[in-house]
Amino acid sequence: MANGVATEGGHPAEQMDRVVIRFAGDSGDGMQLTGDRFTESSALLGNDLSTFPDYPAEIRAPAGTLAGVSAFQVHISDHDILTPGDAPNVLVAMNPAALRANIGMLPKGAIVLVNVDAFDERSLKKAGYDTDPLADESLSAYKVYEVPMTSITQEVCKDAGVKPRDAERSKNFFALGLVSWLFTRPVDPTLEWIGKRFADRPQVAEANTRAFRAGFDFGETAELFESHYEVRPATFEVGEYTQITGNKALAWGLIAAAQLAGLPLFLGSYPITPASDILHELSRRKEFGVRTFQAEDEIAGVGSALGAAFGGALGVTTTSGPGLDLKSETIGLAINLELPLVIVDIQRGGPSTGLPTKTEQADLLHAMYGRHGEAPLPIVAAKTPAHCFEAAIEATRLAIEYRTPVILLSDGYLANGAEPWRLPDVDALERIDPKFATAPNHVNDDGSTAFWPYVRDEETLARPWAPPGIPGLEHRIGGLEKADGSGNVAYDPMNHERMVRLRAAKIDGIARRIAPLEVDDETGDAEVLVLGWGSTFGAIVAGVRRVRARGLRVAHAQLVHLNPFPPNLGEVLHRYRTVLVPEMNLGQLSRLVRAEFLIDAQSLTKVQGVPFRAAEVESAILTLLGGPR
Amino acid sequence: MTITAVPATTRKDWTSDQEVRWCPGCGDYSILAAVQMLLPDLGVRRESTVFLSGIGCAARFPYYMSTYGMHSIHGRAPAIATGLATTRPDLDVWLVTGDGDALSIGGNHLIHALRRNVRLNILMFNNQIYGLTKGQYSPTSEIAKVTKSTPFGSLDNPFNPVSLALGAGATFVARTHDMDRAHMQETFRRAHEHRGAAFVEVYQNCNVFNDGAFEKITGRDVRADMLIPLVHGQPIRFGAEEEKGVVQRSDGRLEVVDVADVGEEALLVHDEARADPGLAFALSHLSRGPIEPTPIGVFRAVDRPEYGDQMDQQVASAQERRGQGDLKALLRSGSTWTVD
Repeated sequence: MANGVATEGGHPAEQMDRVVIRFAGDSGDGMQLTGDRFTESSALLGNDLSTFPDYPAEIRAPAGTLAGVSAFQVHISDHDILTPGDAPNVLVAMNPAALRANIGMLPKGAIVLVNVDAFDERSLKKAGYDTDPLADESLSAYKVYEVPMTSITQEVCKDAGVKPRDAERSKNFFALGLVSWLFTRPVDPTLEWIGKRFADRPQVAEANTRAFRAGFDFGETAELFESHYEVRPATFEVGEYTQITGNKALAWGLIAAAQLAGLPLFLGSYPITPASDILHELSRRKEFGVRTFQAEDEIAGVGSALGAAFGGALGVTTTSGPGLDLKSETIGLAINLELPLVIVDIQRGGPSTGLPTKTEQADLLHAMYGRHGEAPLPIVAAKTPAHCFEAAIEATRLAIEYRTPVILLSDGYLANGAEPWRLPDVDALERIDPKFATAPNHVNDDGSTAFWPYVRDEETLARPWAPPGIPGLEHRIGGLEKADGSGNVAYDPMNHERMVRLRAAKIDGIARRIAPLEVDDETGDAEVLVLGWGSTFGAIVAGVRRVRARGLRVAHAQLVHLNPFPPNLGEVLHRYRTVLVPEMNLGQLSRLVRAEFLIDAQSLTKVQGVPFRAAEVESAILTLLGGPR
Repeated sequence: MTITAVPATTRKDWTSDQEVRWCPGCGDYSILAAVQMLLPDLGVRRESTVFLSGIGCAARFPYYMSTYGMHSIHGRAPAIATGLATTRPDLDVWLVTGDGDALSIGGNHLIHALRRNVRLNILMFNNQIYGLTKGQYSPTSEIAKVTKSTPFGSLDNPFNPVSLALGAGATFVARTHDMDRAHMQETFRRAHEHRGAAFVEVYQNCNVFNDGAFEKITGRDVRADMLIPLVHGQPIRFGAEEEKGVVQRSDGRLEVVDVADVGEEALLVHDEARADPGLAFALSHLSRGPIEPTPIGVFRAVDRPEYGDQMDQQVASAQERRGQGDLKALLRSGSTWTVD
């Protein structure tokens, strides 16, 4: 992966095509921030990248313990990449617990930068080390660099105006400086950011600046490192880029969708990890006419969004895990009322409170079937952090055009993960027409006109959306079964059967509107198809590339629409001898495609709170192809 | 903008074509009539009026109004109404609920709508029983109530809805009853005029499962002695000859007395606009239930900024400061780079 290139002055900089760096420390050590800044400067340098913040549910677990370790993994490369990397090439360990929790992930020969100041007897004991791993042979497989990060930071911050205890807190910037040197990152973006971020606390800004510079200089002058490294910019399509996380892309997608539909955006939400950042982001954007409402509970979050939809707004609610359970009854009401509503579910490990900060894809069957009665709704799943923007617009479009609640599935990995995003041309995005009802649509027997809320559009089977305010369109809707057409309360058995079938046919009919599933099958004669959905996209593409690099053939398709499926899915599945379905659950999509298309889908499952590795997908494909060759 | 006069309407204009399906003799009929007959006097438009409800007998109300309406799910109407009222300040939103819907399954939503002061007219029909599920005790049923689900008597201490609303920080709290159309209409009118969350408890007779629950105080022959009308700025007194009144003792306790014993000047003067809700709370506890002299009328009516108005102001001030949101600029609000 590396080859030596001499730079001016004789200090060698080795070229690397990609590198995976994992910053790990205590929850209070600022590792997420450190990783985020490193990512930002890499993005500005033009690398392709993918990130994986991996942090505990506790805000401050007991300091120095394994439970309190917070990590941020970033994969940077000079070519197109899609995952945060299977194994870190570099680990930054701010204390013994961070070392112990992460060392197992590293391949032999990996670089380990440890903050040696933190390796005292007490901290070693807290981390569960009987002996100092820096003093025995246990790390002999790695290139270990012992750096006194805390003491140098304290030394350089001595007269910066902060107390010694606060100076110690700048040590993450020392680590950032050191890693920035090691990988030849530009210094200025980080220094500018420090200046801006801590503008109201100039002493903290000064301490962080000094720590960052000290870390950078340490790399340059300590003669500890034989070389430093360079990861050249990747080749991107021409365009303007930014670095984006899934939750931010999703929030912006909702703003864009509301603009495309010409509707005010109302978000009713209750804080829950890892969905809260969408609420935070939207609550900052009031200049877009966005109204955010932090409700008293999950039920009120979705209820208020439905009320706003009744009034003609784009009603959205965001949640995760147990929050989706609580919203089920209101989603059922929205199905019956046939009003547009977007329910965003950032999936996390379950059941119950489960793993609040860890990722999973185990809500698919809940989204599909988690309501009493026959209650179908469309399901859209985002596949990468940046794709959350597009997925939010698609979910909104279906909700509005078909007057239905739509569940948009993302997950913890997409929510917090970041990647470069080529900014779309927003003028070119297709408008969404809410087609509000404007006039009576029914003629009574006596020739007078009336408004019937359940007269359907012939093509979409959608009913008219008639928010209050228009004379002559007054109508009542509710959760009781209603007569086809007039919408009046009706208990007639045949009417109920008709309405159940109409609601199902409306959702099934969406298949006519969505694009056929695209299959990546280079040669067209692969025998194995990997069928994924949602955030497994990156790992599957990376795994498929590895298999192809061995000269083998394999096809891949990633579902964005989970209900209804794309119109050609059955035909696609039947083209392949074997279909492999990797999922971060116990086989939910595989169950759906088996039931729907009677195919023997092979399930590859993982429920460890972390995404698939490319190697895991690769190995499963190789097994299906007859074993590794 | 053209301001057109609100067309004159009659009760018929506010009545839908749906057959009313409450049990014959239900108190809900008189409340429905009071509302349908009041609306033509309020100067409001049918198309700008919305009736929302949850689940229960009372919750069928919207079907009988020829306005916009939604019959939603059990207990959640205050949440749904909050989303509607905060995004559509032009609408007049009425929320019709019952003691089970509002105080049991939906208790959380009710108190939060009240504390936020969302612009809603909340009419809570209190019949102290579950009617639609055929006769179980409710959160306002008296202790030891024998019902189908409590054959040995209920154990729960009941809620006092007026106290609860006051405790939640409601800015308008009133009580009326289904036997007095004029009093209902005056109370509903006041609720409608209030800008914010208005909570009205309506004593309502369920003649099938809890007949006569309020008879001891609302019956025509006992009413004068058992209902204590609260009139802003007036001494609190009642009785056929106004011979009884309410005084506040030195320890803060309220007590019913004979006016002749204490003199008129000793009577408590009702002040619905008092900033602190303490006296209104004491009045709500003057009786232990509809078996003793019980205050009716407006307990509290104070001004506090309305929730949706404040939300609008935040949007307006953000737009003033930063201009209308620009999507292209938003996408470029972080660091960006260009690949040529």
